[in-house]
Amino acid sequence: MRRLFAAVLAVATAIALSFLLLPVAAIFLRVPPGDLIDALGRDVTRDALIVSIKTSAIAHAAVLLVGTPAAYFLARHRFRGRGAVLTLIELPLVLPPAVAGIALFAAFGRNGLLGGELDALGVQIPFTQAAVVLAVAFVESPFYFRGAIAAFEAVDGTLVDAARTLGASPARVFARIALPLAAGGLGAASALALARGLGEFGATLIFAGSLQGVTQTLPLAIYAQFEADFDTALAISALFIIVGALLLVTLKLYGWLRFSSIFRSRFATSTSS
Amino acid sequence: MASLQFDLSLSLRDFDLELALDVGRETVALVGPSGAGKTSVLRAIAGLAHPARGSITCAGDVWFDSAQRIDRRPEERSVGFVFQEYALFPHLSVERNVTFGGGRADRLLWRLRIEHLAQAKPTELSGGERQRVAIARALARDPRVLLLDEPMAALDPHTRGKVRAELHDLLRELELPTLLVTHDFEDAAALADRVGVLVDGRLRQVGPPAELLGSPADPFVAEFAGANVLPGSAEAGPNGLTSFRLEGGHVVVSADEARGQAALVLYPWDVSLARTAPDDSALNHLSGEIVSLVQVGNRMRVRLPFLTAEITAASAERLELRPGEHVVASFKATQARLLPAD
Repeated sequence: MRRLFAAVLAVATAIALSFLLLPVAAIFLRVPPGDLIDALGRDVTRDALIVSIKTSAIAHAAVLLVGTPAAYFLARHRFRGRGAVLTLIELPLVLPPAVAGIALFAAFGRNGLLGGELDALGVQIPFTQAAVVLAVAFVESPFYFRGAIAAFEAVDGTLVDAARTLGASPARVFARIALPLAAGGLGAASALALARGLGEFGATLIFAGSLQGVTQTLPLAIYAQFEADFDTALAISALFIIVGALLLVTLKLYGWLRFSSIFRSRFATSTSS
Repeated sequence: MASLQFDLSLSLRDFDLELALDVGRETVALVGPSGAGKTSVLRAIAGLAHPARGSITCAGDVWFDSAQRIDRRPEERSVGFVFQEYALFPHLSVERNVTFGGGRADRLLWRLRIEHLAQAKPTELSGGERQRVAIARALARDPRVLLLDEPMAALDPHTRGKVRAELHDLLRELELPTLLVTHDFEDAAALADRVGVLVDGRLRQVGPPAELLGSPADPFVAEFAGANVLPGSAEAGPNGLTSFRLEGGHVVVSADEARGQAALVLYPWDVSLARTAPDDSALNHLSGEIVSLVQVGNRMRVRLPFLTAEITAASAERLELRPGEHVVASFKATQARLLPAD
């Protein structure tokens, strides 16, 4: 009985691992590395790469710039309705990307909630690069928010109190105490959000379209090339896998370094005292 | 006049705390069981907690006054706060911890004999070193008040005595109004000029440690100061003394005047132990079997079923005391103090 159970566990693990790894491996096995590099040099790939980098960079910078102080505020203050606010922030996580795209349309489209105001200013958002930026920011920000709030909540409140009794203004406490102590968690949240933003597809397709060189990001290029030139689609996918793997390894390595440095300092204390 | 005056009413979770004190250039210790609200008092003075009512004044400067709606921010008060567990900034070196609020570190580091640790990170320090860094940091801005929250709690028992003596000397030297909070009466008595006993949000007694020991206001203060507190009933006894019947039925005599329900207060170090009752009728005798023996430094605390005695470790050795053995505890009628029951 016990051996049967052990066998079930082993088989289940093997199936799960192969199911996850087989498609990833297939991308690299299907096309020789030389062809992959060639495909990356094509116009459609290069254009998509530029659009992706540009829109992701702007969206990510905006998310960090606005999200970091907002997360600090939400982590440090207790007020009525805080739970509701934290839940609302996470809503985009559970929305299908298509719904996010429609929602952005409803808000910023020509006939949307802010459509009249934007029109008066001569601003049109849908199917422009600004639409890509908004879509990317909308879907990636909950990932950053969640991690950043947790990172700030983990900073010992007594350290904040200590800084204030030492004459530090709230802004200085944020810059000199909270930010450096939360840096690890903020970095991890930022990386996760960036990865999600780079992979954004559905909301962008609906709200910004897929115009090569303007709104066609890498994931949209994969979709566009899927029927036209499967090798290019494969090459871009391979690129994503490599970037994703690098990101994951960096995160794990960082976590491991952090852990080992804490372990080292604990160990040093216990031997010196 | 450099002094800290406050009269506070704080709403805590389970009760309201009312406390008024005037702290001159001296160290005042607030002692009491944990949860008595001692830390909340320090936080209120520092501006980290907000009293429901009252006032806080330092050297004529109003920091808080509910009537005038004054509530200065922590960074606008001049407080050196040494937090429990010290709250050192883990990402900054000792030197940068000390200079966080401005000022120079070298003189303070030298004075506290931690100049060799200037570049170390807090996680690399021992408990005693961390305490000194926390004190140096609290003093770096030349505060007008020093607040210490359980400064001894994070220390190993074997370094405690030495650190306590050094802290005592430093506090004398600083001549700052200092308010210290501890749950340990011994620490309070060793460090402070005056000790206040805080229970359930009220100050039961405040005075020099000797006064609290010599004439405790009530049985709780006596027990907190380390006395045996034995309930019973008092009536007139022989030779103008008071006869006190303990709850266990034993009768002892006391020189204090009392009638009816009362508490017998007897310090462990006023009790002597012997194998057989000494032939001295002037003494009270109580006998019983030893429950436990605990050595504290060069002293031995001997627990009997009804009281605890403290004798030198040398006499404990000479008497060859062992748990379970029968001994006689003796004490004078003048050492058996009587207080009205709580």
